[in-house]
Amino acid sequence: MRSNQLTESGQLRHFLTIEGLKRPLLTEIMDRAEQFSSISHRQVKKVPLLRGKTIMNLFFENSTRTRSTFELAAKRLSADVMNFNISTSATSKGESLLDTLHNLEAMHTDMFVVRHDQSGAAEFIAQHVAPHVSVINAGDGCHAHPTQAMLDMFTIRRHKQEFANLRVAIIGDILHSRVARSQIQALSILGVGEIRVIGPQTLLPRDCQTLGVHVHHDMASGLRDVDVIITLRLQFERMQGALLPSAREYFRCYGLTEEKLKYAKPDAIVMHPGPINRGVEIASSVADGKQSVILEQVGHGIAIRMAVMSMALGSQSELAESE
Amino acid sequence: MNTPTTTDIQHLLEEMAATIREQLADKDPLLIGIHTGGVWIAKALQKILGDDFFDGPLGTLSIAYYRDDFTRIGMHPQVSPSDLPFDVDNRHLLLVDDVFYSGRTTRAALNEIFDYGRPASVTLAVLVERNGRELPIRPDIVGTSLNLPRNQDLKLHNRDGLHIEIRAAGAHHAE
Repeated sequence: MRSNQLTESGQLRHFLTIEGLKRPLLTEIMDRAEQFSSISHRQVKKVPLLRGKTIMNLFFENSTRTRSTFELAAKRLSADVMNFNISTSATSKGESLLDTLHNLEAMHTDMFVVRHDQSGAAEFIAQHVAPHVSVINAGDGCHAHPTQAMLDMFTIRRHKQEFANLRVAIIGDILHSRVARSQIQALSILGVGEIRVIGPQTLLPRDCQTLGVHVHHDMASGLRDVDVIITLRLQFERMQGALLPSAREYFRCYGLTEEKLKYAKPDAIVMHPGPINRGVEIASSVADGKQSVILEQVGHGIAIRMAVMSMALGSQSELAESE
Repeated sequence: MNTPTTTDIQHLLEEMAATIREQLADKDPLLIGIHTGGVWIAKALQKILGDDFFDGPLGTLSIAYYRDDFTRIGMHPQVSPSDLPFDVDNRHLLLVDDVFYSGRTTRAALNEIFDYGRPASVTLAVLVERNGRELPIRPDIVGTSLNLPRNQDLKLHNRDGLHIEIRAAGAHHAE
């Protein structure tokens, strides 16, 4: 059973994955985020749109940036927000997850923001919540991280406007990255001219061709004439699995340095979902350099999350009407 | 009075401008229009009063995030965002809308303005005041008043000049 993340009229009800969404909806998310981003510059950084709504951040996996930007987004919309950091160390799946869920639902929650180390967790929760509850995926296993992908698209649009003529390169551990997966889907829905992935064979998915991306194993060819460079965090735990020799070796081949950055267009922007490992996937001079938009991405994360939260809760009026 | 024509509207705007001059000329006022119709009226008033009457560029309010019907009808179709390109603290504001009806839009606009700061005063000017007020809020400067049955709505258009259409209530949901 697959829960549909859209209402009958095509509005966002849950936000679980980018997969299957249409371009107008992604554009609407970005347009709404554009409107919300001005609120952060006002004296009172708040609008009363979600006053009286209760939002629960359910984080079964650690996060600082994502959780705090979701929290700030909810607060800037005047919702009440609670954070739950739930350890998954116990064999807490299936039934106990549902028990947790139903308990929180009994507190009259309107929305769950879910991060979990198991792929499909947000989808599973969406299938089991009451009809008036929305679920936002804040990252599930290696599967999807749709709000991160949207804030990245928003950042690209702010700098490059048209998607059609762009060349975008994603560097690093594509295989285990839910961020990369969601980014690739969003980039192709938005009609980006050329999507490249760069990394060692062991960190690229086998089905790269079917994703519609061009595969490169060296930075010189992969970065040539690109407009946007997305570096991914190297997850150290992967190295224990013998997929990688060492951090130093990885930096030598795939770390984004000033020298390698010169292969790209002179006005290329450099992105990273954070947290960054300086000297592993990116050199400090590039991360802090003129072409870096990494800190802008964080601010955009708030606006995108405000857009998605308000759209999902706004669509509930449609459900109420049909009852 | 019957539905005003484009020529009538121009006369009404000139009368409103005269009142505005009388009441606000010595106060260095700032001008704010409510999207979409209110912005058209504000621009028309600005044109009559001259560029230097107001002490800054035209501000615009969308009020989309301040409405009281989110739970009933959800997100509104997108309009341009609010933009107040000046500091409202201790300033005299002229707030402009096309039609004053229940007072709910004005309530939302006032709430939004106060999230930008604390103005010295707010004066409300509207082209048309119609019956059906639901809140203890009323306009200060009115072009004209119309009595309409509850099942009819007023809609301002801006194609080849401003004109007003009277139509069945609820028709805008189908747009």
